[in-house]
Amino acid sequence: MNRSKPIQGELLRLKEEIEQYAIDYGLTYHPVVFEVCNYDTICILASLGGFPSRYPHWRFGMDYDQLSKGNIYGFQKIYELVINTAPCYAYLLSSNRIVDQKLVMAHVYGHADFFKNNAWFRNTDKSMMDVMANHGTKIRKYMNRYGQDRVESFIDAALSLENLLDVNLLFETPQVVRQREELEKTAIEEELRGDEDDKISTALKSFMRSKARKEKENTPVVEPERDFDYKSIDQDVSGTRDIMKFLMNNAPIEEWQSDILGCLREEAYYFLPQRMTKIMNEGWASYWHSKIMTNKALKSSEIIDFADVHSGVMAMSPKNINPYKIGIELFRDIEHRWDTGKFGKEYLECTDMNKKHNWDLKLGLGREKIFEVRKSHNDITFLDEYFTEDFCVRQQIFTYKFNPRTGRNEIDSREFKEIKAKLLQQLANFGQPLIEIESSNYNNRGEILLKHVHRGVDLDMSFAADTMKNIFLIWKRPINITTVVEEKELVYCYDGKDFKPIKA
Amino acid sequence: MNHPVKQDHSRFRKIIKGRIRDNLKKYVSGGEMPISKGGKTFKVPMPQIETPRFKFGDKQQGGSGQGEGEPGDPVDGQPGEGQPGEGEAGEGEGNKELEVELSIDELAAILGDELELPKIEPKGKKSLESITNKYTSIGTVGPNSLRHYKRSFREALKRQVASGTYDASNPVIIPQKSDMRYRAASPVITHENSAVVIYMMDVSGSMGDEQKEVVRTESFWINLWLKSQYKDIEIRYIIHDATAKEVEEEVFFKTRESGGTLISSAFKLCRDIIESDYNSSEWNIYPFHFSDGDNWSTDDTKLCLDILDNDIIPNSNVFCYGQVESRYGSGQFYKDLNTKYGAENEDVILSKIKNKDAILDSIKEFLGKGK
Repeated sequence: MNRSKPIQGELLRLKEEIEQYAIDYGLTYHPVVFEVCNYDTICILASLGGFPSRYPHWRFGMDYDQLSKGNIYGFQKIYELVINTAPCYAYLLSSNRIVDQKLVMAHVYGHADFFKNNAWFRNTDKSMMDVMANHGTKIRKYMNRYGQDRVESFIDAALSLENLLDVNLLFETPQVVRQREELEKTAIEEELRGDEDDKISTALKSFMRSKARKEKENTPVVEPERDFDYKSIDQDVSGTRDIMKFLMNNAPIEEWQSDILGCLREEAYYFLPQRMTKIMNEGWASYWHSKIMTNKALKSSEIIDFADVHSGVMAMSPKNINPYKIGIELFRDIEHRWDTGKFGKEYLECTDMNKKHNWDLKLGLGREKIFEVRKSHNDITFLDEYFTEDFCVRQQIFTYKFNPRTGRNEIDSREFKEIKAKLLQQLANFGQPLIEIESSNYNNRGEILLKHVHRGVDLDMSFAADTMKNIFLIWKRPINITTVVEEKELVYCYDGKDFKPIKA
Repeated sequence: MNHPVKQDHSRFRKIIKGRIRDNLKKYVSGGEMPISKGGKTFKVPMPQIETPRFKFGDKQQGGSGQGEGEPGDPVDGQPGEGQPGEGEAGEGEGNKELEVELSIDELAAILGDELELPKIEPKGKKSLESITNKYTSIGTVGPNSLRHYKRSFREALKRQVASGTYDASNPVIIPQKSDMRYRAASPVITHENSAVVIYMMDVSGSMGDEQKEVVRTESFWINLWLKSQYKDIEIRYIIHDATAKEVEEEVFFKTRESGGTLISSAFKLCRDIIESDYNSSEWNIYPFHFSDGDNWSTDDTKLCLDILDNDIIPNSNVFCYGQVESRYGSGQFYKDLNTKYGAENEDVILSKIKNKDAILDSIKEFLGKGK
């Protein structure tokens, strides 16, 4: 059953109009396919991260539960959904007003441009629609064979690792990765078989391999070998951040389990650039919906409705930074500064406030500059480079902190330096604690030693304990972690039964 | 055809209800019941399972925000402007603190849905009768204000056609007095179900603020549900230590007395209230008793059971006893009631409330039978 259908009639006409504006402004993108669907469908798609076909797991059901309840009880609304694929799919909510649809389309072209041009997205797999569906098929197959509960439990454990990624790997193209994995796999298999008969042609080898695999599949599931060699893999392991991959390749798990780890890892890396560019991506899309709507597409009768929706999206909150708001304001600020020349040594060293305020070299470089920025930055570098004191004051940004005496969060500071440090810290490593593998043969007992690279904020230790339990399920040997708790460096250990600190 | 995500959804529902995948149950959060917060803003129960991951501890982390305010001003508590964010592919992150304006009815419906509470069946036909008039028939006499023009003209037309004075080319119809028809009332008897809830709470020294908070939250939700089920509802409050007295709602939740505990004193007062004000053939009566389970003596407990058997239970829909766990309470009363009535009794529902998190389960125990 088709839950969504292509746009037609009035919407199609609007799309062509908006698209023309986007092209005129210089946005480039993979073709955008708009579809309209009802609210239930958009909830389904949103809960699945935008992909209609994924592996079965309760967490999608949980997200669906929340989204559809949000709809039923009326405190949440999803206007649109864009997916980073080629062509780029975008879903519109059928109940949107015409003015909403226009805004959303303009917004979508902003995202599509960003997906195509931002460096951090360069190697995301644009055929992810198929990849996700394949993962779904594979995992369903495993569920049929090994039982839903068993496979689901393993996925639950593996999901604990989902944020243990290495952002540097984003610059490996999928082709490179696949080739390398293929090579590694072949090498490992050959090593395992200890096959030295070079005379057999490669075709025959490959045939024999697949035959051997088939036979293996037919034998009943066996427990992983007990004499697993933990020691041999502890080379060059120190500093590994791609923990999912390490476990996938080295943990004593069955083939289907490492395959699932691989699937989840691929999906996690696919979504990683979106987590790293939330502010820029939303800011860029908002900048363009605002520009296109206010300069071109808006009819005078629609202004109030547009302003209402736009201001809702831009709402500021005392509890967190709204990425839409900060993003759009930063892009506008950059445009303004490069239009007027408010940058560079001369401007910075000027001490006459009045002169500074009226500074205008009429450079007109703003537009060019923001296109350049959207191409090469991610959220951290974006803020590091362009978040100025002047901007910070204008946007009324502050930091807050938990006050143990009053038991509430209170405004801590309006000092620019502190605020900037806080923002960058929040964005570092896509907002997740930085965890590395220190050793996989800790104490010479095949235990894993993780290292939390502490940057001022402690881990939530009860979550850490449960996470380590899940890693234990995969690694099957004790898991240790060095971290800092209340300014003391400690090593914690989960040994299969208890989670406890050990002496450092 | 349903999308496969609906299967994920039903699996998720089963997990949070603890039917499958027991090991996940400890990660279920959101069982904490929302409490009314001035006006009509409530938090909706939204159970979640959080996959354990390495993450930062909350308190140290702090954050950054936008807006007015001096250092030292709180940032909590102000309802965060709901962000009608435009969901985008892969945006699974972010905390969802949902606060929303809801009417009492909607809230009760949500409660009913979440806890799968059955609709209450009022007691028999004994409910209150009230007579209202509905203008559903037609009469030949009546005041001009109730004249039914269409019917009157139709009568006039009939008469003119019958008497041959009707001229189709000049269709003038003149009604006479005898053609006039009037709307007439016929009495309709409606059965209204009225209910009274009688809360009794032990306020002796052993019931602390925490225990009272539990009772307060629980009674709020019980009231909410019963209000959605009955048109009229009266609520009476009794507090007791060694003696019992009837009090206003405010006093009920705030008083802290000290001294011994004679539960029978409350039961006696409850009995008297029922006798004097509520005829059990007309009222659905819900006595709720909350205590920490301490009673002065076994003799008094015996007296309590007598009152329950002879007066309270025969007159009530169901008698509910909620025992709030407290450091000082012995919990003996629950045991006594349990020995006498057992867990499966139709007329007596017993529930132990361990802490605030257990309120939901306890409400389900009380109201789940649809009595």
